[in-house]
This record gives sequence, C-alpha cells and structure tokens, in this order.
Amino acid sequence: MKTDDLINMLGRNVEPVASQKLRNTLVIALAFGTAAAFCLMLAIFSMPASASGEHFSLKLLAPAFTLSLVATGTVFLFRSARPGKTRTGSLFLIGAPFLALLSASIVALVLASPAAWSGTLFGPQWVVCLICIPLFAVAPFVSLIWALRKNAPTNLMQTGAITGLVSGALGATVFAIPHPGGSIPFVFIWYGGPIILCTLLGAILGPRLLRW
Amino acid sequence: MMAGLNGDAAAHTALLRQLSAYLRAYFKGQLFRIGQGPTEAEDLCQETLIAIHTRQHTYDRSQLLTPWVHAIARYKLIDYLRRTKAATKDMPIEEVEEEILSNSDSSAVESRIDMVALLAQLSPKMRQSVQHVKLDGLSVREAAVRCGMSESAIKVSVHRGLRALSLLVRQRNSS
Repeated sequence: MKTDDLINMLGRNVEPVASQKLRNTLVIALAFGTAAAFCLMLAIFSMPASASGEHFSLKLLAPAFTLSLVATGTVFLFRSARPGKTRTGSLFLIGAPFLALLSASIVALVLASPAAWSGTLFGPQWVVCLICIPLFAVAPFVSLIWALRKNAPTNLMQTGAITGLVSGALGATVFAIPHPGGSIPFVFIWYGGPIILCTLLGAILGPRLLRW
Repeated sequence: MMAGLNGDAAAHTALLRQLSAYLRAYFKGQLFRIGQGPTEAEDLCQETLIAIHTRQHTYDRSQLLTPWVHAIARYKLIDYLRRTKAATKDMPIEEVEEEILSNSDSSAVESRIDMVALLAQLSPKMRQSVQHVKLDGLSVREAAVRCGMSESAIKVSVHRGLRALSLLVRQRNSS
C-alpha cells in the first residue's frame, strides 16, 4: 500500500473531533469503576449504620488520606493519557500525602509507650484491609485501563503505576466506608501498604495492558 | 491541525501529507542506523499516520503540534524495535549500499501491506463500510443507503473497521 493512498483514505469524510473526548472517557471510567467497587463493597459488608461519635475523627482520617491520593493521582492520569513527557518532578506531589502520614505516625508512635505499639499497629481488621483494598481496586483498574487504551499514553510503565495508584486509592476509599477506622500508624501501614502494592502491580502490568 | 480537528477534510489530508514526509525522514534516519531499509520505515510511517488519525482527540489544542507528533512517532518506533527484537540485521556492507541505492526513490516505496488482503480479513459489514466510505469516497449517507444500514451504524463500523485494520497491520508487522 502506498502511503499517499493511505492518506487519501484517512482524509475522506473527516469528522470533527470532540475536544472533551479524552476527559470524558476517563471521567466515565472513573465513575464506572468507583460505582462497581462500591457495589462490591455493599455485597460484602452491607451498608454500615451511621458512624459512632467517639471514633468519628479517626474514621475520617483514612478517607482523607485516600481521597488526597485519588485527587493528585487523577491529575497525573489525565496528563499521561496524552502522548509526550509528563514532568516527573511534580510526581513527587503524590508522595506528599504519604510523607505527611508517615511523619505523623512516627510522632504518634514516639508519644505512645512501646508496649502499646502492637495494639496501634495491628488495629481492627488489618487482614481485611490487606485483602479488600486490592480487591476493590480491581474494578477501577480495569475500567481505567480500558479508557487509557482509547487514548495515547507513551510512558506505559509510569501510566500503569499511576493507574494502579488511583484505583488502589479508590478501592481504599470505598473500603473506608464500612471500616471502623484506626490509629494514624494503622492507616499508614494497612491503607498505604495495599495502595503501594496496587501501584507496583500497575507498573508491572502497564506495559502489557496499555500497548496501542 | 485545528481545521482538521474541526472536520475540514482537505486540511486534514494536507496535514497528514506534510507529516508523512517528516515521519518518513525520521524513521528512515532511525532505522538506517540499525540496518533496516526504507520499507520498514514506510510501514512505521503508515502505522504512525493511522495512530495520529485515530487518536486525534489526545492532542491538546493549547499545546504545540510537533511535540505531540514526535511523541507518537517515538512511541511507535520503540514499540516496533521492542516487538521485532531482532533490531540488527546482519548484512554485508556492499549489500547495504546496493539496497540503499536501489531504494533511494522515496516516493516509489510501498510498504508490504496489501490493502486488499487486509480488508478480506474484516467482517463483511466493516469491510463494506470501510470500502464505501474510505476507499470509494462515498459520503456516509450514500453508503448508508447502499448498505441498507443507518448512518450512525456506518460511522461505527467504519471506525471499528479502521481500528481492526490498524491491529491487523500491527500483527503483520510483528510477524
């Protein structure tokens, strides 16, 4: 086939391109993935009764942490859906919530007596955290990968990692709804850990799943 | 590019034509260093043009065009090198010279892609739509009348057909 023929073929019946298409596909994928994860959560835990008063501030800690990760991650997700370089320097923004929580949990551990450490570290249902966060992250991950394949990411490993991070954080946000919440070090380890795991998995799977 | 994005077919064709020259030069230069000829460069050039066409919506209208095109071209080149793996072909130096000389007429180079054979692999609906709209140059409405399908169905199957074609091209190139 001659290139000129191809160009003529592609140039026939050109239709206007919606400028919002990229944003729309990603937003739809995010909404769909979150909804699916939410339904899965309902199927497993059923809707919890309203949060009890004494743990209310602790209960807000985990969602605040995960939602900040979703927000920063999504910004980079939108950037990496386009071909070209993303400024990696600003990627460290994602690390900010982690760093903040890490320093806070170190302070909390130092203030607490060493005898109470295992109590704060292995809080309520830590095994459930470890299993359910990656489980709830599957649906957002699949739908985001689907959306990104319609776009044109060029750095597949980085895009995969960001996808993993966002879906892990979304899964954790959904999981935080039925979960009673825990101390600061608990949230850092048992929410942050699975999210990092999802990020790594995304980085490994990205180059395979995102090729176009 | 802007006019093309807004649906101006002539501007879109002109843009693709200009880009094809740029891409051809780029791929030739890159592939020559690893001992591959103009045919491979032409394959890549066409693959990139298809990618540019089908992924126009990823172009950010507030940014420059060249970096966007270059990023796609670079991605396609890396993807090509990765999937062919072979990368370097052992070839005596005299033959290389001969091949370069014999293929130096750039406009005459055809890629190894045979459109007819590729079209035959599509489903009848997609093949008909692509054939009518993209090859024979009918308007979407005319094609719809001729195939007895709705206009939006034609648009969808053209879109899917092109996508399937680019997949076939890629499979072909990697085998």
